[in-house]
Amino acid sequence: MEAVLFFGAALGALGGAIGVVAMRSPFYGVLALIIHLFSLAVLFLLLSSAFVAAAQVVVYAGAVMVLYVFVVAYVGGNTESAWEPIPGQRFLGPLLGAAIFVELSIAVLSSSLIALGTHGADVKPGFGDPAGIGKLLLERFLLPFEASSILLLLAAVGAIVLAGRVVIDGPGKVSAEGSSEHSSEAPAERSEDPSALTSHAGGTA
Amino acid sequence: MNIEWYIVLSSLLFAVGAMGILLRRSPVVILLCLELMLNAGNLALVAFSKMVGNQQGQIFAIVVMVVAACEVVVGLGLIVAIFRRKLPLDVDELRELRG
Repeated sequence: MEAVLFFGAALGALGGAIGVVAMRSPFYGVLALIIHLFSLAVLFLLLSSAFVAAAQVVVYAGAVMVLYVFVVAYVGGNTESAWEPIPGQRFLGPLLGAAIFVELSIAVLSSSLIALGTHGADVKPGFGDPAGIGKLLLERFLLPFEASSILLLLAAVGAIVLAGRVVIDGPGKVSAEGSSEHSSEAPAERSEDPSALTSHAGGTA
Repeated sequence: MNIEWYIVLSSLLFAVGAMGILLRRSPVVILLCLELMLNAGNLALVAFSKMVGNQQGQIFAIVVMVVAACEVVVGLGLIVAIFRRKLPLDVDELRELRG
């Protein structure tokens, strides 16, 4: 049963990965990546790590892929030109990929890890469940946890700065603003606000 | 299943992702292939965590997931910025930083 699940999920993961590389339209590539991520979640469950599998489905297949779909829909489908700027790229790319696989395989096979050929350690039923992971994350790995939250905040601010609205004031003068399309109307609203407040205050007084 | 199978599958997925980065020219697809490589690394981490019987590898996998989310957000922001400035979305056309 475990072998059937493993080979099914492995085929899904590999097929999804090849689909990402081979699909011409980025939209189909995103869909293939979703198949790949779900298959990987099944593999994580087989490796008795329930929390990572759930996070994979919720964070990756849920949130990140929605972001991808939005950006692909915004940027437009097939933007890739058919010609190759580097001659022989179509053959060199797979060749180098195969070389990386051979190198990794040699590294795995020549490693003297005896436990590689086993099913892994016998783990207790609670291995990898949210309680254990959360305890480890908030006690022993508290500092990396907080550092990753700062990293997420920085990434969010950076994305707003990068992808904010571009305001072209004149020739060669480009400034980026993080606010949305209402930025031109904001000062007018702000100037109205104090008068409204004072009138309201006068009414109550 | 033996742990070996998972590690071999992980290296195969990593190689497919690297091949995609070498082959494709659209920045969106290159980001997707980067995701493939990061996920292959995650699979290896979780497999090794099961092999040792220690949950710390899974913590590492979760941190990798966080870093991947940050990378996606910044990368997609860059793509949107490139698109808004009417520049071509092709990594061979965007060669101003090349020496």
